Amino acid sequence: MSVARYIKDEKDKIEDVIYESGIHINPSYSPKDLERVGFSYEKDLADPGEYPYTRGIHPLGYRSRAWTTRQYTGFGTPQETNERFKLMISHGQTGLNVAFDLPTQMGYDSDDPISEGEVGRVGMAVDTLRDFETAFKDIRLDKIGSGLTINAVASIMLAMYQAVAEKYGYDPKIISATPQNDILKEMIGRGAWIFPVEPAMKLIGDTIEYSMTVMPRTNPVSVCGYHIRESGATPAQEIACAILIANAYIDNVLARGYDIDDFVGHFSFNLNFFGNMWEQVAKFRAARKLWARNLKERYKVKKPQNLFLRGLFGGGGYGLTKEQPENNIMRGAYYALVAALSGAQTTALCSYDEAYTIPTPRSALISLRTLQVLMDEMGLRDTVDPLAGSYFIETITKEMEQKIEEEMGKVEKLGGIVKAVSEGHIQRLMARQAYEIEKGLESGELLKVGVNIYREEGESMDVELHEYNWESAERQIEGLRAVKRERSEKDVSKTLKDLEAATRDGKNVMPYLVSCCKAYATVGEMTGIFREVFGEFNEPGLF
Amino acid sequence: MAAGKRTKVLIAKPGLDGHDRGARVVALALKDAGMEVIYSGLHRTIDQIVNIAIQEDVDFIGLSIMTGAHIPITQRLFQKIREKGIGDKAVFVGGVIPSRDIPKLKEMGVAGIFPGGTPMSEIINFFANAKNA
Repeated sequence: MSVARYIKDEKDKIEDVIYESGIHINPSYSPKDLERVGFSYEKDLADPGEYPYTRGIHPLGYRSRAWTTRQYTGFGTPQETNERFKLMISHGQTGLNVAFDLPTQMGYDSDDPISEGEVGRVGMAVDTLRDFETAFKDIRLDKIGSGLTINAVASIMLAMYQAVAEKYGYDPKIISATPQNDILKEMIGRGAWIFPVEPAMKLIGDTIEYSMTVMPRTNPVSVCGYHIRESGATPAQEIACAILIANAYIDNVLARGYDIDDFVGHFSFNLNFFGNMWEQVAKFRAARKLWARNLKERYKVKKPQNLFLRGLFGGGGYGLTKEQPENNIMRGAYYALVAALSGAQTTALCSYDEAYTIPTPRSALISLRTLQVLMDEMGLRDTVDPLAGSYFIETITKEMEQKIEEEMGKVEKLGGIVKAVSEGHIQRLMARQAYEIEKGLESGELLKVGVNIYREEGESMDVELHEYNWESAERQIEGLRAVKRERSEKDVSKTLKDLEAATRDGKNVMPYLVSCCKAYATVGEMTGIFREVFGEFNEPGLF
Repeated sequence: MAAGKRTKVLIAKPGLDGHDRGARVVALALKDAGMEVIYSGLHRTIDQIVNIAIQEDVDFIGLSIMTGAHIPITQRLFQKIREKGIGDKAVFVGGVIPSRDIPKLKEMGVAGIFPGGTPMSEIINFFANAKNA
């Protein structure tokens, strides 16, 4: 929420500006600043589509293709989700981004007592392949890609995506799924973890290894700086953690004997765009550059297209406020502008009412329209990286790069990202920073319109609330019971037994999961096996 | 509440939701304000939360709920603390709570309700006032 610290004199004149990542901002910039930071056109910038890709990964940017809009959608039953998907596609949305309910994210079936009151609440409930059959009915899986916001059980959902594609006659080789599948960030923020770090990382390695041959158009991992930023990270920390986490997943697959060029091109990133706009632009540009350099220098990646930082720059949840919620529509438009100025390939925007409720169709549509206005009305497709060459932007992009590297160094000193997360160092740091931000807002050191300036006392905002539907939860449970009555118990128990053996033997579990899905084994049954074999993550303490 | 004893507060995350920025920030703020704070960690059942409350003999039980399920979850907590004979503990709730649900939570007996955006000072004052009461 904080955009920067402003040091002012008694007449409100700004004497210093310090960005969250620690960069001091000058009143103006000139070629001397570029000299000071050692800027070189060839080394630091280069043409669009050229290494180090600071200016973007395509030579023609949005001229060749506008960004993909991928609003986060999914609630209630798979039937309701299917209807919402079709609505958003009919309004011009170009990718899907599936939200799952918490029982599904945590690997419980809808009829599990622990799921009571949560079935279909924050996303779609998925128990068996039957639910995917309903959710993706009449969706062209060969034409439209699907983000699957799932982590601890991403392997299961990816297997189910393959199973549904095959059921509808699509070759797995042509479908494109992007499961989030980033467990380390779940342990830092968001909290939808189940298994301990080591087996959780192994499952991610399995999905990457499997996708290489069976689903080569799938992007098996979407590394999320996003939620780390939401948890209290600075922009520099967001990128530092994201790169280090991606490296941890890379190392898992390399240890299996693969060549990095065979898989790393399918890594994608999910990064956040709230905050000071210049700092975010510098962040995205520096991130593309550092990711490319990391792959080239540390991992000796050969193919240029494997050096691209592909990703979704979007969301902005923490920047939005509960107070005066209509202001969030404007904030979202500015955040989206930042993403467009930074060359985001894919974007999505939190809806203005999300501090209150699951977005209504109306508010989700406003977000989509915000993204479309930028591309179709405002000229964002005209030229690539329009801010390039600005003394200011190029200077702070270099400075941001240094800050990110400093943050990476700090994590390495803690023993690396896996250890730092396992032991809770990152989590405690994020909590402490989040607390400092709240204090800054209370003291007025940080400004937020409608929150601590320009408040409207006694305001009451009428936001249409998304109602929890007990009947649709009941229908979901009924549906699950029906599937259990109809399926072959023999097939289910055989495929589950095979899965258990494969899990215990340390084999790649993906083909076994696909068989389980096809036999209509439930998410809870498959996760149950992992829970038994792997155990659960022991969350480190807060203090 | 006995004078001189440090206020002891349990901040709990019930259910399957893992969004804990709010819970962690409140925990740190209360700790800085001189209270003894127990943070439950994520994915706790109501039974686990009530057991922690009994073992730690806390004065307050706080629930942080972001999914919209605050009504059924809080109901279950009250049922359980009464069953276990600690119905006298003060309960407070924070999270994504629309204003129309505030009367319902009050009726259930929730002593403090802190929707997202509540100033930290207001939350700390709640404990100070409750202690003086």
